[in-house]
Amino acid sequence: MIVSVASGKGGTGKTTVAASLATVWERPVWGVDLDVEEPNLHLFLRPAIAGSETAWMTVPAVEEAKCTYCGACSELCQFKAISVFNQVILTFPEMCHSCGGCLAVCPEKAISPGRRELGEITWGVAGRVEFLAGRLRIGEAMSPPLMRQVKARLEQMLAKGGDAVIDAPPGVSCPAVNAVLDSDVILLVTEPTPFGVYDFKLAWEAFAPLGKPMGAVINRAGLGNDAIYRFCQEKGLPILAEIPYDRSVAEAYARGRIIADLSPGFKETFVALRDKIRALAQPSPSREAAHA
Amino acid sequence: MREIIVISGKGGTGKTSLTGAFAHLAGDKVICDLDVDAPDLHLLLQPANERLEEFFSGHEARIDGEKCDGCGLCASLCQYGAIREHGAGFAVDPLRCEGCKVCVAFCPAAAIGFPERHCGQWYVSSTRFGPLVHAQLFPGAENSGRLVMVLKQQARELAKARGADLVLCDGAPGIGCPVISSLSGAHLAVAVTEPTPSGRHDLERVAALCRHFQTSLAVIINKFDLNPDETARIESFCRDESYPVLARLPHDPLVTKAMVQGLVVTELPESDFSRALGQAWGRIEALAGLAR
Repeated sequence: MIVSVASGKGGTGKTTVAASLATVWERPVWGVDLDVEEPNLHLFLRPAIAGSETAWMTVPAVEEAKCTYCGACSELCQFKAISVFNQVILTFPEMCHSCGGCLAVCPEKAISPGRRELGEITWGVAGRVEFLAGRLRIGEAMSPPLMRQVKARLEQMLAKGGDAVIDAPPGVSCPAVNAVLDSDVILLVTEPTPFGVYDFKLAWEAFAPLGKPMGAVINRAGLGNDAIYRFCQEKGLPILAEIPYDRSVAEAYARGRIIADLSPGFKETFVALRDKIRALAQPSPSREAAHA
Repeated sequence: MREIIVISGKGGTGKTSLTGAFAHLAGDKVICDLDVDAPDLHLLLQPANERLEEFFSGHEARIDGEKCDGCGLCASLCQYGAIREHGAGFAVDPLRCEGCKVCVAFCPAAAIGFPERHCGQWYVSSTRFGPLVHAQLFPGAENSGRLVMVLKQQARELAKARGADLVLCDGAPGIGCPVISSLSGAHLAVAVTEPTPSGRHDLERVAALCRHFQTSLAVIINKFDLNPDETARIESFCRDESYPVLARLPHDPLVTKAMVQGLVVTELPESDFSRALGQAWGRIEALAGLAR
């Protein structure tokens, strides 16, 4: 089973919840950081890194001797990543989405696969949690291609059994949707403030069409107002856990502590959350069918 | 004209709350919310919309089931796994489609259409602090970077027409596509961070991004009293890299109190928080070369 921890608004406690959840989950479990722009899960799980590799994506490499400047490539490219004018062909690798169109369309076979660095994929072990993360190269604009590569690696791992808890990026646009797209359950973490509620509604609108079981975790409960509770009730969205607003929790987080480790009470909160997620995921016939 | 962008790397550090207060403190300006994915500034500024425009960007593939002969070439060409078998033919998953046109160009039955993608809306509004240019990307949509460029262009033109010497922008979290777009042409980036492991880690990455694009950066440490050791580490990082630290702001529920009332924190009775924020704004004006 894959659980994605997402949020809409940033800073509501995704990483806190993901780290705590991974810590109390039955083994084998992978803690996966798909917030590749600002990965933070390692700061809380503190894994011993076992390996890493550079992630690349394919971009066009033009062999000018073969090019007849027919312009078929630039005509097809939707991303302004390859341009032909008169007797000049230019590529803009940073714009490329790696669709492979120019390679396929070139009648002279003058374009071959080159590469652009996306970032790094690392893995390791944090106590009883297996760790996997992507880290976007500074200056790289596109996070979904790197996220797809991290997810492909996760899929290989999970083929041997086990579950995964994914720490997703904030927001509700393409990176966030990419992160939750292949999960079995989506957990939305929010705080009961006007910003939290507004972005939570956006997240619900973005993710509800995926048709996956969803549940809410309310962090900093007691802060703000009760609009979030009304919204969840209206949409039939179960509230699976509440973490109270407490300065000591914020201070523990600021010291890099995992909330589930703070007290037996908090541990119980996350064990109960885990069990509710498991219940929410049952039955999931589509995934069983995919494995059959 | 000067352009100031408030960013953070990590979400939830207080970008929008502080941008709202700066909008209150600044003289003649145009305000611009560049977090088009999960925008929240309007919740503080209560804008009256005066202009609404639809945002179209890119295209998406759509297979005509009547014309599709089920050959499957499209599915084998698609690099995004966006084309799946559907009945006797194939269908495109719009959430995975990147709009690259490769399937459209190669379909032997010419069965794939390529309509424009309606990605969101943008607005010009009036607020109690001056005009606001803002947007809402539809949940799950892409091309946030292009929408950011549209908003910036509108804000600049509006500022020019009104003789305002400042465009004040609220940015998105992360270091990817929308943040990169929002840095282009900015005179000063103000990073709001917090003294937590995630806050510092993400500040370092967003600072590296600013260096990469040669944008000047200044730093505000919000909730500085949550972890004095981490605050000291952030200050030492800023000293080493020559980033001015504009303010240390206390962890104060006042910010949420203002938010719940639809106000910015400087509209509440004077406090340590608002005084420190006022001084920070003075320093920002000096750094950005704004006449007082």
